[in-house]
Amino acid sequence: MAIWLTKDSKVIVQGMTGSEGSKHTRRMLAAGTNVVGGVNPRKAGQTVDFDGTELPVFATVADAMKETGADVTVIFVPPQFTKAAAIEAIDAGIELAVVITEGVPVHDTAALWAYNVAQGERTRIIGPNCPGIASPGASNAGIIPADITGSGRIGLVSKSGTLTYQMMYELRDIGFSTCVGIGGDPIIGTTHIDALAAFEADPETDAIVMIGEIGGDAEERAAEFIKANVTKPVVGYIAGFTAPPGKTMGHAGAIISGSAGTADAKKAALEAVGVKVGKTPTETAKLMREIMSGR
Amino acid sequence: MDLYEYQGRDLFERHGLPVLAGGVATTPEEARAIAERLGGRVVVKAQVKVGGRGKAGGVKLAEGAEETVARATDILGMDIKGHTVHKVMITVTADVAEEYYFSYLLDRANRTFLCIASVAGGMDIEQVAAETPEKVVKAPIDANVGVDEAKAREIVTAAGFPAEVADQVVEVAVKLWQAFVAEDATLVEVNPLAKTKGGKLLLLDAKISLDENAAFRHPDHEALVDQAAVDPLEQAAKEKDLNYVKLDGEVGIIGNGAGLVMSTLDVVAYAGERHGGVKPANFLDIGGGASAAVMANGLEIVLSDPSVKSVFVNVFGGITACDAVANGIVQALALLEQRGEQVTKPLVVRLDGNNAEAGRAILDGANNPLIERVDTMDGAAERAAELAAAGV
Repeated sequence: MAIWLTKDSKVIVQGMTGSEGSKHTRRMLAAGTNVVGGVNPRKAGQTVDFDGTELPVFATVADAMKETGADVTVIFVPPQFTKAAAIEAIDAGIELAVVITEGVPVHDTAALWAYNVAQGERTRIIGPNCPGIASPGASNAGIIPADITGSGRIGLVSKSGTLTYQMMYELRDIGFSTCVGIGGDPIIGTTHIDALAAFEADPETDAIVMIGEIGGDAEERAAEFIKANVTKPVVGYIAGFTAPPGKTMGHAGAIISGSAGTADAKKAALEAVGVKVGKTPTETAKLMREIMSGR
Repeated sequence: MDLYEYQGRDLFERHGLPVLAGGVATTPEEARAIAERLGGRVVVKAQVKVGGRGKAGGVKLAEGAEETVARATDILGMDIKGHTVHKVMITVTADVAEEYYFSYLLDRANRTFLCIASVAGGMDIEQVAAETPEKVVKAPIDANVGVDEAKAREIVTAAGFPAEVADQVVEVAVKLWQAFVAEDATLVEVNPLAKTKGGKLLLLDAKISLDENAAFRHPDHEALVDQAAVDPLEQAAKEKDLNYVKLDGEVGIIGNGAGLVMSTLDVVAYAGERHGGVKPANFLDIGGGASAAVMANGLEIVLSDPSVKSVFVNVFGGITACDAVANGIVQALALLEQRGEQVTKPLVVRLDGNNAEAGRAILDGANNPLIERVDTMDGAAERAAELAAAGV
């Protein structure tokens, strides 16, 4: 089954005709994703050839949904246009919007999230500043490399792209149901908790890897959620134990403010609810391996 | 980006908020000119981005120009908790009757903005919240609705502001919200928001953080960066579009992806515990592309840090193929030589993921004695720490 993205998902790309958008549309198609079109009001009515697959370009997300039955959109537009693109997707009532764009002003993300809430949260938003979501062997919406791992029964949720890839690689012999990169911005649409809840409910997921990093208190809140709601085994990894306070470490949200948001606090919160936390990505993979070998 | 108090004062003034008349000086002579312009009694405040200035002697009253020059001379160059004072702000004084607290900030957990207001101002708000939570009002703000007069009045009433200042606080709350949005701030904190003995409201301090992701719509924000305080290596990296943070260790770090680089710092620090306590020297994320030119720029920055004794290049080939990265490293070293850089520090390289085998073969084929290949992240960190310890 996987979560949120399956082989039946019909994917459109906002910004498909741009350089990043077209590069990754090609990759998504190669991974077997059912990409059904793109959106660009200036190129509506045209088609774009991707190695023999002709994809139509629509003026709006609503048009694309009406014509193709699309239920997922991947957004590659530049930061200054991301808010408008996401709001268009929300207005169209699409089920899932994956926002890859890095560098979106946080006021824009706050506004588009508030807008989504006001519309009754019909749309699940993943990102911004994220690598997307991949259900290996079924579908891939975003920029996660499709050839790292095959399908299996581990669920993965992570703030970081490359740590996601690293973990997929470490456990590629076991495989994953779905890998979700939720992004490293201060405000994001889908949280660790959302993914944990979905994996808990997914009959094809047996265990969950959760990757966090410094900044905010999402991991602490995830720990509380795990204690109350998650029966499947969870292993954790936190990046940024040696990060100095007050410095942004690459991701806009990865900053220790005063004494808040430290890796130590996150690790302690997870361990307090019985989540095993690895010291390195490799050690974390080993912890998961032990859990899966007992099954 | 965090602003200095004087930059915050200026910003408030531009947005029509009531602040004390004042100016900023980098020399005692500039301080004299400001004092003469303002006339009478002034306060001279050290401009550092750290709390506890008053206790450290960084805030002084002065009567007239001569005394202002003397106080500015004392404070300029002072060290406050490791921050050297390069600027002082000079303002007229206020007869403060009461001190309140007011702020807008990003609320990550609730994915919205928050207003915090209290009639117990002038002290650490976290302490007030811990000791007398009933005196602190926290009101979520809908990003698409904002703070209008009605919302502001709701907050002012809930926080229990005295009736005689309520209208003024409402006005400040609305204008402060407008400034918060217009400037793409993630924090505007006024502590204290003061009532003078004459009953007038004044914003007496300013703590402001601006969102660097919004720089594209604020060309004026660039001028707020304190160039003197920027680490020269961080500045050089920024000019080359590299995401670099200077740290104080000996193992140079280059990796792709913010999370992986943060993780690399940690793994190196753990390994360092077994090798003379060496630590990571920097954070450097070269991003997904990792072309030879980007790798060369990254290596150049990291190697130009004199405290670096070894370099750990940690790349997971996701979208980028490892053979491209390996070519990048080999070409980068050649490029540096062409630029006249003498590379003598050892490089430990770990490549994994997409086309890792081909990448490793390229590194081996380069036959460069400076490049050492270790195929696991933990093992490579261990070796880089060991080499750094040997080079110290």
